[in-house]
Amino acid sequence: MKEKLVVIGNGMAGIRTIEELLKVAPDAYDITVFGAEPHCNYNRIMLSPVLAGEKTIEDIILNDDQWYADNHITLHKGKAIKEIDRIKHKVVAEDGSEESYDRLLIATGSNPFIIPVPGHDLEGVVSFRDIHDVEQMLDAASKHKHAVVIGGGLLGLEAANGLMEQGMSVTVVHLMDSLMERQLDHAAAEMLKSSLEERGLNFLMQAQTEAIIGKERVEKVRFKDGTEIYADLVVMAVGIRPNIELAKAAGIHCERGIVVNDTMQTFDPRVYSVGECVQHRGLTYGLVAPLFEMAKVCANHLAKYGIGRYEGSVTSTKLKVTGIDLFSAGDFTGNEYTDELVFQDASRGVYRKLVVQDNRIKGVVMYGNTLDGSWYFDLMRDETDISEMRENILFGQAHLGDSGHGGEESRVAAMPDDAEICGCNGVCKGDIVKAINEKKLFTLDDVRAHTKASSSCGSCTGLVEALLAHTVGGDHSVAPHLKPVCGCTDLSHDDLRKAILDKELKSIPATMQALNWKKDDGCPKCRMALNYYLLCAWPTEYKDASQSRFINERAHANIQKDGTYSVIPRMWGGGTSPQELRKIADVAEKYKVKTVHVTGGQRIGLYGLKKEELPKVWKELEEAGFVSGHAYGKAMRTVKTCVGKEWCRFGTQDSTHLGVELEKLTWASWTPHKFKLAVSGCPRNCAEATIKDFGVVCVDSGYELHIGGNGGVKVRATDYLCNVSTEEEVKEYCAAFMQLYREEAHYLDRTAPWLERVGLSYIKERILEDEDGRKALAERFLIAQKVAQVDPWKERVEGVAEHEFVPLKEISG
Amino acid sequence: MSDNWIEVGTVNDIPRQGARVVRGSDGDIAVFRTDKDEIFALRDKCPHNGGPLSQGLVHDNKVACPLHNWNISLETGMAVAPDEGCAARYPIKIEGEKIFLSLTAI
Repeated sequence: MKEKLVVIGNGMAGIRTIEELLKVAPDAYDITVFGAEPHCNYNRIMLSPVLAGEKTIEDIILNDDQWYADNHITLHKGKAIKEIDRIKHKVVAEDGSEESYDRLLIATGSNPFIIPVPGHDLEGVVSFRDIHDVEQMLDAASKHKHAVVIGGGLLGLEAANGLMEQGMSVTVVHLMDSLMERQLDHAAAEMLKSSLEERGLNFLMQAQTEAIIGKERVEKVRFKDGTEIYADLVVMAVGIRPNIELAKAAGIHCERGIVVNDTMQTFDPRVYSVGECVQHRGLTYGLVAPLFEMAKVCANHLAKYGIGRYEGSVTSTKLKVTGIDLFSAGDFTGNEYTDELVFQDASRGVYRKLVVQDNRIKGVVMYGNTLDGSWYFDLMRDETDISEMRENILFGQAHLGDSGHGGEESRVAAMPDDAEICGCNGVCKGDIVKAINEKKLFTLDDVRAHTKASSSCGSCTGLVEALLAHTVGGDHSVAPHLKPVCGCTDLSHDDLRKAILDKELKSIPATMQALNWKKDDGCPKCRMALNYYLLCAWPTEYKDASQSRFINERAHANIQKDGTYSVIPRMWGGGTSPQELRKIADVAEKYKVKTVHVTGGQRIGLYGLKKEELPKVWKELEEAGFVSGHAYGKAMRTVKTCVGKEWCRFGTQDSTHLGVELEKLTWASWTPHKFKLAVSGCPRNCAEATIKDFGVVCVDSGYELHIGGNGGVKVRATDYLCNVSTEEEVKEYCAAFMQLYREEAHYLDRTAPWLERVGLSYIKERILEDEDGRKALAERFLIAQKVAQVDPWKERVEGVAEHEFVPLKEISG
Repeated sequence: MSDNWIEVGTVNDIPRQGARVVRGSDGDIAVFRTDKDEIFALRDKCPHNGGPLSQGLVHDNKVACPLHNWNISLETGMAVAPDEGCAARYPIKIEGEKIFLSLTAI
């Protein structure tokens, strides 16, 4: 018989946990949910737009009755639990009905705090917490004129704005001298206040409420200084308290919240708790992103996988008032050890402040344009060393030396519905917004699955995230801190790489088994990543799992849209000869190649070949000395060069020679993503070395080394690494840098995002400052290359993987 | 259902977690072998844009199309939600190690 799971609380945290549980262990429990409210699970953070009349209640329902039925969940709506009997393992509802449990999940959320002033129980005094409150407020707005909102925090301002949109005259009363003092510094708070005043809100600052006056219904509010203002509606929005009464009464250890450990377990091992009611490592949370992270961990433990820990969240805040952009995260006030970087343009209404300590972002406040908020937030959460970008960081990510799509982000809100967001898949803004609303999408992955936007080259990811934040509201930091590799595991890329080494895992099945993969056979994402990580970790032992490679790397040619393939032989350093060109011409004629094309990497591509023809083509090319160009792989691609001092009157070094040397050193190396090199013979840089993963610019005194550049979707110029004086040194630094990238980047990270994540200082530390470390890295690279440098075309000409290139059977007639 | 069984090869002719093509006059049929050694056959055309499914990555009982990564169920031929579409399925019969295929789509 199945075990029974009872959930107290039919809100976002509890139901999200169930959704996560159903994903990993759909048949583990008989599930019963008790909710005190008479509704299905709805998106509480969207109550503000409902109040403002921008959305309806239906719009914000997340799980309808059908969902509970489809998943065989028994739902008791409008039934509060009054007692947990931990000895008999049962819960008792207010109507006396009982339900026994094997595991209990408490997700009772929080209660609004009501200031106990005289008159707080009068008719017309409400909090702002649930659908019932919103209905009361909307009703009051239709009959009455004057509203007073007590509390100038996030919730209070959203309530005030909503009531104003409903036509009421609203006064916000705040105890402090600055709005949203827990999220904003004084400067941003003042900008917020004046733009809300422009919209018509009134403020009473530093005002302490003494009494609410009225016979049956509220009539006035009186303050400590004796002043009084008219009020037909009073909204108390002064904060929330974790709802722990039930747990406390059952003897479960509580402090400010229900105390849980990193697995979301309370002091009673049968009882778990998630959401606003919990206290984890001394902290309570009132935002949605942490709840989702908790839900994921809790579900994993309920499913008895026993991996994954919740380690606390760094949260950010966004105000959901249409037309006002505000973002805050972390410690924004700073202290004697911090610096403040401030950008302020009052007439444009833009303000941003970063609080920085030891070149790491500790806090962010933004007002006006907040589209870089998530970028700063990531830098803060990852504790990235920002010393190299400090000079330009306040201008945003688009000003970091890269150009391309960056600047478009700021236009997303104002874009028309038919504006194309995803150029690869032709998805317009309207399509995305419609899918988010209709299908209740919450995450970037959801949007990708449903609309295909941002699922190809990824350059519009920022735009899609901005749209998601704009449409769903809430803080758009819903993505957990450490992203798991894919849905098959909770491990992050770094955890996975470490486990492979620590546990000496040497095959994909062994890894999946040892690390409790959720799906026996994995998925394309993790299988391709695993294959790479294993071959990088165990270069001399690992047996390549060709069925876990993308077709291009399995067939050693590039699949084209009609199912034919392209063949691009290597041309060392971009050099070729009459014999080579003659052979290419012969092959092209013999196999009726439709297109012969000079590629961007200084070589020649033959397009439109049938798969069966590939080994024959390779055989002929091999006769002229050609080997595979790896133009199809997450691998070292090309070394682009200029002719250098051999011919050029400006050349300072023999760039072609060095290019060929580098290509001989690095060819056939598998890398997390494609890897390109270039060598320019002088600072005129004709080989465009400063947009390559590893670029060399020759100078009179030697060689400038540059790293982390790329062309493509988002152009990024390299960062300067150092100068060296000999070709041998260039090769050593190149090998060490490539090996560091191979060993530490996430699969499908190019060097640019990897470098931006770990910081240039870190790379310098490993490559420049640690000489022994650099030599060890270079040596490991050479060991891997000894095994890797076998021409895959030659192998296949000789019969390796023959099945790949011939049909199983041909049936005629 | 169909008496026209054609022997196309043995289970071991197809790599585990892989596929091979049976070339017919009416177009290609992809014959898949899963990690559990189950054999399935689908028209070698992704319902999305006609990509050759035989070249995709086989995982569990699904194949990811090599062109745009749509996932197609090998058991039903249906695209995995939220994508929509269907590739024709063909009956397979295994006798010992031998694989028999019928050219009449299900």
